[in-house]
Order: sequence, then structure tokens, then C-alpha cells
Amino acid sequence: MLEIRDLHVSVEGKPILNGITMDVKKGEVHAIMGPNGSGKSTLSHVLAGREGYEVTSGTITYEGKDLLEMEAEERARDGIFLAFQYPVEIPGVNNSYFLKAAVNAGRTHRGEEELDAVAFMKLVREKMKLVDLKDDLMKRAVNEGFSGGEKKRNEIFQMALLEPRLALLDETDSGLDIDALKIVADGVNALRTDERAIVMVTHYQRLLNYIVPDHVHVLAAGRIIKSGDRSLALELEERGYGWVLEQEAAA
Amino acid sequence: MGATSEQVESLVRREYQHGFVTDIENETVPPGLNEDVVRLISAKKNEPQWMLDWRLEAYRNWLKMTPPSWAQVKHPEIDFQSISYYSAPKSKDDGPKSLDEVDPRLLETYEKLGIPLEEQKMLAGVAVDAVFDSVSVATTFREKLSEVGVIFCSISEALKDYPELVRQYIGSVVPENDNYFAALNSAVFSDGSFVYIPKGVRCPMELSTYFRINAQNTGQFERTLIVAEEGSYVSYLEGCTAPKRDENQLHAAVVELVAMTDAEIKYSTVQNWYPGDEDGRGGIYNFVTKRGECRGDRSKIAWTQVETGSAITWKYPSCVLKGDYSVGEFYSVALTSNHQQADTGTKMIHVGRNTTSTIIAKGISAMQGEQAYRGLVRFGKGAENARNYTQCDSLLVGDRCGAHTFPYIEAMNPTAKVEHEASTSKIGEDQLFYCKQRGISEEDAVSMIVNGFCKEVMKELPMEFAVEAQKLLGISLEGAVG
Repeated sequence: MLEIRDLHVSVEGKPILNGITMDVKKGEVHAIMGPNGSGKSTLSHVLAGREGYEVTSGTITYEGKDLLEMEAEERARDGIFLAFQYPVEIPGVNNSYFLKAAVNAGRTHRGEEELDAVAFMKLVREKMKLVDLKDDLMKRAVNEGFSGGEKKRNEIFQMALLEPRLALLDETDSGLDIDALKIVADGVNALRTDERAIVMVTHYQRLLNYIVPDHVHVLAAGRIIKSGDRSLALELEERGYGWVLEQEAAA
Repeated sequence: MGATSEQVESLVRREYQHGFVTDIENETVPPGLNEDVVRLISAKKNEPQWMLDWRLEAYRNWLKMTPPSWAQVKHPEIDFQSISYYSAPKSKDDGPKSLDEVDPRLLETYEKLGIPLEEQKMLAGVAVDAVFDSVSVATTFREKLSEVGVIFCSISEALKDYPELVRQYIGSVVPENDNYFAALNSAVFSDGSFVYIPKGVRCPMELSTYFRINAQNTGQFERTLIVAEEGSYVSYLEGCTAPKRDENQLHAAVVELVAMTDAEIKYSTVQNWYPGDEDGRGGIYNFVTKRGECRGDRSKIAWTQVETGSAITWKYPSCVLKGDYSVGEFYSVALTSNHQQADTGTKMIHVGRNTTSTIIAKGISAMQGEQAYRGLVRFGKGAENARNYTQCDSLLVGDRCGAHTFPYIEAMNPTAKVEHEASTSKIGEDQLFYCKQRGISEEDAVSMIVNGFCKEVMKELPMEFAVEAQKLLGISLEGAVG
């Protein structure tokens, strides 16, 4: 579903990604790990279509389409979802109003009828249970005054509402205590299906105890220097990133 | 992020929707201002002698005054002798008695503006006193109002039918020599609305007036006077649009509100006069004096305004809180785009004991729009335990606009309490990306963010007005969900 080929990306003239190649298939869960500054967040932002990143070479194909030709909102409507590391506050904009607009943007794109208020609230109640969020959160402004945990849970709740085919989770575990992490991970696991691919970006192995990936990639200096299965993540936890970097340098 | 701000600008750059001119024969006096013109205006209206004397007094004061220069606005000097001071749509000898008698082309004009009187009549029981240029052409629901003793008519009519009431209150809040533009208005005011709510009466409907500037080179000088007697309540709505023009048009209105003991006046404005084109040509110069006096104990005056139009806005709706426990409120959204300039704010003058005031001002600047919030909160010697809360927020769209805040506080009583909060933010690239990543278009995202920013003020508007206000801001109403 997603093919990245030799992707090079610069920010303000400075190269950040230096030739990423990876394939993600339907139903797979990929974890991208790496030390700070390795380019993990850049990769997720480029996939989601954020401005300010210059793709200097390489291609990204999503379901046969040239992803780089699509605007961020088109990608979103076409099933790509990014759970933000730092969810953005939008003061005064009612959370349920925002989410209804988002849900209906996707429905309109797929040629489905927009949900009315009643149907939308029904959907909301159903999906909220998944991440143990309370109703009153819907009446508040988008992310405003949410605790760190609420923000992250709200991201997964949005994922549940929007039902993406490709979900990108950017450091979804950061800033979460163990209870909140469990809730978020349970939410994500409940959303694992044969049709949906998930790409998790994380610094720590901890999250992978709860959301078990099919593939693990180690990103360093803008390149994937090692790929493997879940055992790679465990080894990284035990030995740190140093040995992979040394291996890479020696190769 | 240059590209992003340009994209945002293109969304903000919207053509003025109401630019057209209605071709109606006008009876217009030649440009220029002198005592004879003042006499002519007064004579045209068959005013009593005292009114003429008052106008002349104002004119003589005006001659001695100079235009204010302290505002954060730039414009070429106004040539007051190039302006015509009176213009009235020609009509039959008697004014129209019903809508049927109104020039159909006038009605058509209103329909183009989306405010057909017929519809207004049916909608939510809104009474409409429409000012087209300088003369009221239609007044509705008068009968229903008169049943409860509410007077709602043009100032001209009030001078004929209730001269003593007008005489008692006109100039009692904004004296004829108050400031340069108020003095000018006092000398040459053409028409406007008069509202009188008797003791203990809750006005049964929202009162509404639509102003429209039409005749070329005709300054408009409305005068509005609202008196709420003891224990009464009234909500008054004022909305404005103007046809597209190249010349700058001067507008200098005066609004006076008087609230007696336990009375409440809610005054809401949506102002959408022609702001000038993308290069800053044309547009209305809007110099307004609006002031309300809480004369009695526990009285309340609330100003709510949404200002999206005019090339220049100079406007400070104020409250003089004389009665003990009286309350003054000011809620404002001002949007400046292209080359628009706005210097707006409020004055809360605390005189009585335990008086409270609230100021919520939201400024949105886009393109090369410039705006300033200018506010004064004054606590007099006798204002024991008076309180004020002020919140000024500015939202910048793009990086070529500006926002400035000038809050003044004068406290002559040590028990006064003041809270002031201010913020300036930009529509962030991160906010836009967050919305877009959820599938929401950039256009809708900007609307949403602006709408959210203004929410505290919008909710103060009467519902039907809020809808129009949001239309003017180009934003959609937040859904009924949640």
C-alpha cells in the first residue's frame, strides 16, 4: 500500500532524510525507532504532507498514487492519518464541531452522505469508549486545556472516528504514564485490522511491549540502517543504539 | 513559511459583495458647510427653534475645534467643504405609510444585501427602521410596539411627535461640543433612530436599523438616541453595508444611550461598509461617537460590535457608570484586511459605587490591515469597590499586518480592582496543518480558527445577527452539535 523509494528530504537546505526505502503492506504494523534527530518525525510529517519539507529526490507511492502530488487534506481524506506527537490547540473551536467537519470531509470525499448531528454523536459515543474519554471532552475546545494524556487519547479517538487505512503514530507514547500508555495501546490494538497499516515512530521500545510490531526499522542520520522483527526492538532496549551505529559504520 | 501566509491571504482576499449603486434621484444640497446649510437642514425637517439653535451652537463650536490626531490611523486630510451635507431620496409629498409605498428600487437594494424587509418582518419579530441615505423610508411593527408604549421612529419624526422627550435627552450623554466629529454630527445630523422604552416595559422584539450609504459624496450623519426608563429592557441591532465607490465617504454618527434605574440596554452592531479596494482606494471613513450612560442604580449597558468594513474606523463605544451597582460591557470583533485601518476600543468611566465593567476585544488583522485597541478604564473618587476586567486578543493572519494595544487605566479610588489580559497570536502553520491532516480544507480551517477566536463575542450577539456577522467574517457557524 505504501512504497517509499530512496527518499531524500531537506529542511531549509539541510538534508534530514538521506535515502529511505521501505514497503508497508495492508495489515502490517511497522515501528520506526531511532535516536533523537535521526529524522523519525520528519518522515511522518513528509508522509502526511506538511509544508516546509523539500523532497529533493525519491518517490512515495500510496495505493498506486503519487503521494507527493497530493495536498495534506487530500491525503487525509484518502485514508492517511497522523497522530501528532504534540496535538495542536485550537482555542474556541468546539471539539465535536471540529471532528464532525473532519469525519464529513472524508465521507464527502468517498461519495457518502454527511452524518447529521444525531448520527455523529452516536458514532462519537461508540468510539470514545475505546480510549476511555469522557463526553465533556467533546464540548471543550480542540485540545485546549487537555492534559497530556487526554491529548494523546484524543488522537487515537480521532483515528477511531476517521478509520484511516494508513495510520502514522508519531511518538504517541511520549509523555504518557504507564496507565495512560496502556489505554492508548489498547485503543490502537483494537484498531488493528487486516486492511489497516500502522507506522509507529518511537524513541523507546516500551510502546512495542503493548503494540507488537511486525517489522522494526532503525533510523539513524536519515537512513534506515537496520530492519528486523520485534526481537530487534528488544535488543535495542538492552544494548542501546550504539552497537547498531557501530555496525553500520563498520559496514 | 512565505507560501503558507500567501495562501492564507488569498482566502482572506475576498471581493466586497455589496458594491453596487442604486439609481435613485436624490435631492441633494451642493457641497459645502456653513450656517446656511445648517439652517437649511433644520428647515427641511421643520425642526423646532431650539433644535436649530442647538445645531448652530454645535457648528460654532466645531469651527473652533481641530480634527483629532492621536488615533493610529493615516489618511489624507478631509476636505469638509467638498462634502454634501444633505441628501434624501425623492418621495411623494407625504412619506410612505407602508412598504407598498416605498420606492421598489430601494427595496431591491435591500434584497441584494440579503435583508429584504418583508422577510425581516416575518423573521423573529424584528422591527426594521431602515435609513436609506438620510431619510427613513420604512418603519415596521410600529403598532405592536405602541401597544406597550414603546416609541421607535426616526429622529426627525420624534422631533415632530415627541419634541420634549428628544429635548430632554439629546446631547445629555454626548454634548454637542464633545469632540470634533460629534460636534460636526450635532450641527448637520440628518436622521437616525429614536427609541423610548417606558417604565417597566420589556421591549417585545429586537429593534433593528439598517443603514446604507448611497448618494455619492454625501456624508452620513446619523443620530441615534435610546432611552430606557426605570426597570425597562431593550435590545437594539444596527447593521450596515454600503455600495462600492471610489471616493472616500465620511461617516460621523453619534449614538446616545440612557439607562435609568434597573434598566438594561443591549446595543449590537454589525458594520460592513465598503473598506476600499486591494490597493487601499476608496472606502468609508467611519468616525463614530457612541456612549451610554448608566444613570440609575443597577442599570446595565452592553455594547457588542462586529466591525469588518470601512477604510478607517475610529470608534469607542463607552459607558459612563453613574448609578451604584451599574454594569458596563463591551464585546468587540474588529477585522482589518487589505489596507483597512481600525482604531477602536472603549471607555468605561466608573463614577458610582460597586460599578463593574467588562471589556472583551478581539482584533483580527490580515493582509496589510492595521488595528489598534484603545481603551480607557477610569475610576472616579466615588467609585468605591468598582471592578473592571479587560481582555484584548489579537490574531494576525500573515506577516504584513499589525496590531497594537493602548490600554489606559486611571484610578482615583484605592478600592478599585482591575484585571487586564492581553494576547497576540498568529494563525499558526501548525494549526492549519492539524486541520488539513484531518481532511479539512485550508479555507474551512481558517474560518474555523477565526470563528473560534471570536467566539466569546459572537455569543453575545442576538442569534439572527450572529448569523449575519459570521457571514460577514466569511466563516461558518459552529454546528448545533455538542
